[in-house]
Amino acid sequence: MSILVIAEHDNAELKGATLNTVAAAKAIGGDIDVLVAGSGCGAVAEAAAKAEGVSKVLVADNAAYEHQLAENVAKLVADLGKNYSHVLAPATTTGKNMLPRAAALLDVQPLSDIIAVESPDTFKRPIYAGNVIATVQSSDAIKVASVRTTAFDPVAAEGGSAAVESVDIVDDAGLSQFVGEELAKSDRPELTAARVVISGGRGMQNGDNFELLYKVADKLGAAVGASRAAVDAGFVPNDMQVGQTGKIVAPDLYIAVGISGAIQHLAGMKDSKVIVAINKDEEAPIFSVADYGLVADLFDAVPELETKL
Amino acid sequence: MKVLVAVKRVVDYNVKVRPKADGSDVDTANVKMSINPFCEIAVEEAVRLKEKGVVSEIVAVSMGSKQCQEQIRTALALGADRGILVETDAELQPLAVAKCLKALVEKESPQLVILGKQSIDGDNNQTGQMLAALTGMGQGTFASEVNVEDASVKVTREIDGGLQTVELKLPAVVTTDLRLNEPRYASLPNIMKAKKKPLDTTTPDELGVDIAPRTKTLKVEPPAERQAGIKVADVAELVEKLKSEAKVI
Repeated sequence: MSILVIAEHDNAELKGATLNTVAAAKAIGGDIDVLVAGSGCGAVAEAAAKAEGVSKVLVADNAAYEHQLAENVAKLVADLGKNYSHVLAPATTTGKNMLPRAAALLDVQPLSDIIAVESPDTFKRPIYAGNVIATVQSSDAIKVASVRTTAFDPVAAEGGSAAVESVDIVDDAGLSQFVGEELAKSDRPELTAARVVISGGRGMQNGDNFELLYKVADKLGAAVGASRAAVDAGFVPNDMQVGQTGKIVAPDLYIAVGISGAIQHLAGMKDSKVIVAINKDEEAPIFSVADYGLVADLFDAVPELETKL
Repeated sequence: MKVLVAVKRVVDYNVKVRPKADGSDVDTANVKMSINPFCEIAVEEAVRLKEKGVVSEIVAVSMGSKQCQEQIRTALALGADRGILVETDAELQPLAVAKCLKALVEKESPQLVILGKQSIDGDNNQTGQMLAALTGMGQGTFASEVNVEDASVKVTREIDGGLQTVELKLPAVVTTDLRLNEPRYASLPNIMKAKKKPLDTTTPDELGVDIAPRTKTLKVEPPAERQAGIKVADVAELVEKLKSEAKVI
C-alpha cells in the first residue's frame, strides 16, 4: 500500500494538522508520501521531510498553487493520486474544499472526517453531529479520506529524513482567482491545536466581555473559542466557532462559559479530556457532559477564576 | 440567469437521533423531517438574487424518496419557481447525488448552482465540490457572501484563519455557510401558491446515472458516553480540582 498525504500549510510553515494526518496514514500502514502544493514552499517541504514516518515529499511549487485554489490543487492531487491506494488530507477547510473535488475526478466516493482506522478499507466516522459513529467500508480502488485531526496523535515533527522530489505538473484550470483574505490575528495558540480552550457563548452578552476570557486564556496559555450563538450575534469572528459546522477541538481542558450546550456545539468539543462548564442555568445541557460544573454568574466567576490561577 | 438549488430532506436539527438496537442504521421512524438548514440558506440566497434582478428563474431539485416533494414544496414556498425530484428509494451517496445533479445541469444549463455546504445527517461536506469537479466549474465553498457580476461571481469564503475571497468564472458552484443569510419564513399564501408551481419527477435511470453505492455502512453505534461529572461549589474548589484531581492546569 502507498499513501499520499496532502500537507496543510501557508507556504511558510507546515501546519500541525499534517502530522496528525500522517499518524492516520501510519495506522493504515504502507509507504507514506507527502504532497506540498504551494508557491515558494521549500521550507514547508523541508519540514515535511523531517516528520516521522514519511518516505518521500513531493513538492509542486508553482504560482498556480499559491492560494491552494481547489480547482488547481484537486487536479494535481487526482493526477498524482492515481498511483496510490489512499489519499488523505486533514479535515480542515482547505482539505474539505479540495479533497471531494479530487475524489470526483478519480470517480471515488470519499470518506469525510475519519476518526479511526479499522483496516485499510474500513474506517469510523461521526454522523448526525457526532451523535452516531458509523463504521464504513469503501469498495473504491483508491480510498480518499479526510482525517479528523483531533482523533489522531501527531507523529513527531523531527527525526525523519525523507527525500524531497519536485513535481513538474502545473494545473491551472483558469476557473478561479484569489482576490484577497482577511485573517484574524492572534498571539494565542491555534484553536484546534491548543491544550486548553476557553469558549464563550450567548451568555457573554457582547464582544467586549470576551476580554474576560482573553485574560484567563493568557494565564493558561489557552485558545479562545465561541459557540455559534456568540458568532451569529457578532460578538466574535466566525473562525472562533466550535461545533458541528465550525472547528472540532479535543483539548486537555475545555472551559465552556455561558454556553448552554446545544448538540451542534457538543459535536465540536465533547472529546475534550476534561470539560468545565460555568453557567448560571443549572438545567443547561452542558452540565450533562461537564466533568466539573459551576453554577454561577460568569461575570463573577470568570474574573475570580483569573485571579485564582 | 437561471439558478439551480439543491435541497435535501433530513432529520430535523432539533432531533437527537439514535442508532437502531441492531446497529444496522439510524432510527428515523416517526422522526420529524425538515429541509436541511444549509439548503434553506441556499434557497434564500437564490431568492435574494432574484429579488435583486440578477436571477430570472430558480429551479429547486431534490433526490430521494417521494416524500422529498415536501422539501421541494418548501423551497417553492420560499420563492423557487419550479421543482425537479429525482425519485429513488435506493441509498444515495454524495458521488451519486453529484452525478444526478450533473445530468440536470447539462439539461437546464444554469449559470449558478447553489447547495448547502453539508447536510446535518451525513455531515459529508462533499456534494458541491464533487458537482463542480464533474461539470468542470469553479467552486466557492463555505460562502458567507456572494456577489454576482457580469461573467463571474465573487465569493467570500469562511476559512480556518478567517475569510477568503475568490472570483469564479460563471457558470459556477457555490456552497453556503451559516452566515450567508437569514432564511425567511414561508407565508401561508406562498405555501398555497407553491402547491400550484410545477414539480417534475425523473429518476436516476432516466438521467442515465449509475447510483450504485461505493461505500457500505457496516455498523452504527452511539459514541462513548461521558462519565457524569460533579458540581463544584465555587471557583476556589474548581481551581483546586483542576490542579490536584484533573491535573490539567
